Amino acid sequence: MALSNETIQNKLIEKFGDQVLNFSTASGILSFESPKELNLKVLQYLYEEPVLGFTFLTDLCGVNYPDNKGAELVVVYHLHNFSENIRLRYSVSTSIDETAVFTASKLFESANWMERETYDFFGINFIGHPNLKRILNVDEMDYFPLRKQYPLEDQTRIDKDDEMFGRG
Amino acid sequence: MEQQSHITLPKGSIEKTTTTLNIGPTHPATHGVFQNIMEVDGERVVSTEQTVGYIHRAFEKLAERRPLYQITPITDRLNYCSSPINNMGWHITCERFLKLELPKRVDYLRVIIMELARISDHLICNSIVGVDTGAYTGFLYVMQYRELIYEIYEEVCGSRLTTNIGRIGGFERNFTNTAFTKLEKFLNEYPKVLREFENLFARNRIFMDRTQGTGGISAERALNYGFTGPNLRAAGVDYDVRVQQPYSSYQDFDFKVPVGTTGDNYDRFLVRNAEMYESISIIKQAYQKIQNFKGAEAEVYHADVPEYYLPKKEDVYTKMEALIWHFKIIMGEIELPKGEIYSAVEGGNGELGFYLISDGGRTPFRLHFRRPCFIYYQAFEELIKGGMLSDAVVTMSSLNLIAGELDA
Repeated sequence: MALSNETIQNKLIEKFGDQVLNFSTASGILSFESPKELNLKVLQYLYEEPVLGFTFLTDLCGVNYPDNKGAELVVVYHLHNFSENIRLRYSVSTSIDETAVFTASKLFESANWMERETYDFFGINFIGHPNLKRILNVDEMDYFPLRKQYPLEDQTRIDKDDEMFGRG
Repeated sequence: MEQQSHITLPKGSIEKTTTTLNIGPTHPATHGVFQNIMEVDGERVVSTEQTVGYIHRAFEKLAERRPLYQITPITDRLNYCSSPINNMGWHITCERFLKLELPKRVDYLRVIIMELARISDHLICNSIVGVDTGAYTGFLYVMQYRELIYEIYEEVCGSRLTTNIGRIGGFERNFTNTAFTKLEKFLNEYPKVLREFENLFARNRIFMDRTQGTGGISAERALNYGFTGPNLRAAGVDYDVRVQQPYSSYQDFDFKVPVGTTGDNYDRFLVRNAEMYESISIIKQAYQKIQNFKGAEAEVYHADVPEYYLPKKEDVYTKMEALIWHFKIIMGEIELPKGEIYSAVEGGNGELGFYLISDGGRTPFRLHFRRPCFIYYQAFEELIKGGMLSDAVVTMSSLNLIAGELDA
């Protein structure tokens, strides 16, 4: 049976009721959200339910929406079912003050580093992660650089001493 | 037998029986900026911790302040052994997002460039595996043919390594006759060389002993670790983005997806080699299709999308409209539609994905690169645990880890 976006949506609603919400389809990929407390339950259901079989975690990343008060940070999971060749996007949001989200690294080994990367850039605290520390940035860094509150340096600034870099 | 130590340890201390060994960040055996803190017992690897991020350049942050066309040079610097695939992957993402239709000829030209890039990527990887097992000859020999590929890039876009090839909507210029002549030369000479290269290794006793049964992974574990590309196919899963979600008209081509069984270094080598033959066949088919275009169709090298594709310089100087578009594109004053897209291409190492979120501004609100290297490098410890240190070196090069892609 070919798996379609409608089937996935119906199965999810059947299992989680109104806890799964905001279904939409953009360029062929179904995306939906759920409260962050449910993320492991939803991922595990998607993984283990034989009809769905989303056993491959393609990508995991964070997004920062500074204007969404109470849901500033979002964790986006891209899942893939190879045998049916269908992708799925699932996201949970969390407030920037209380960034705890359950780790998916027990379900997918690949989530380990991707969660470390998300922690490194957005400061999302993955509960239960075996080794949650910075991965690409230096350990001493005291901020989370991909949050929107840290803008890139103004390229027109003139107060910088370029002589140190041989450009004086 | 009790060994006499000349160091007197404090009372109650436990003597460590393993040695801590740092390999990298710069080390001749790592071929790139990688650090491994290994715990070794004699020559056996007990555990390892990979440290990454030495060449992290904050591409995702940089991309948030750049219009789409300025992000292409960033993608060059991901997997720099096959930058054209990254460039094309980015263009395809933009085109899908902006819903642009491309002429078939552009698709086929892109296929040629992407498959050339795949060959050069696999060629480097396989010949480096040879170097790490003690056979330098193959590496030096095939470099001549990578040079032919680089000359084709040079003819098409003007640069060799960080190519910035193509534009959103097509190519910056048509392929010249010289480019096609060079392509023909490559197609004539390379298959024979590849056969020789294969003969040098594939049934070579030393090479087989060094690579068979080392660095192996089961299909199940590979999937759980997020492997894609040749490394996943070597473990026996026939997942290839070109087949599963064709882009750039890959559905028009007839090719095989080679798979291995054990996922060890030897299978990875064989899969990459087999893929190079398939790439040659794809290039031949694409070249044939391009020659079949007649008349005006045979000159098409970009789609008609003035909002994203730079007008000709003559027009900029003589036509008002062209001048306006030129200015708007260069200054990045084109507003993007709102929305988000995940689009992937089959890179040299696996599924290279771009996750683009736009809030309707002129630059991406968020751009995330799914870098295959970064994801499968996690499995390195599992691949080499309990094996010999010298096998770890081979495993590392056979995974085709590219520091640029790993660290983004």
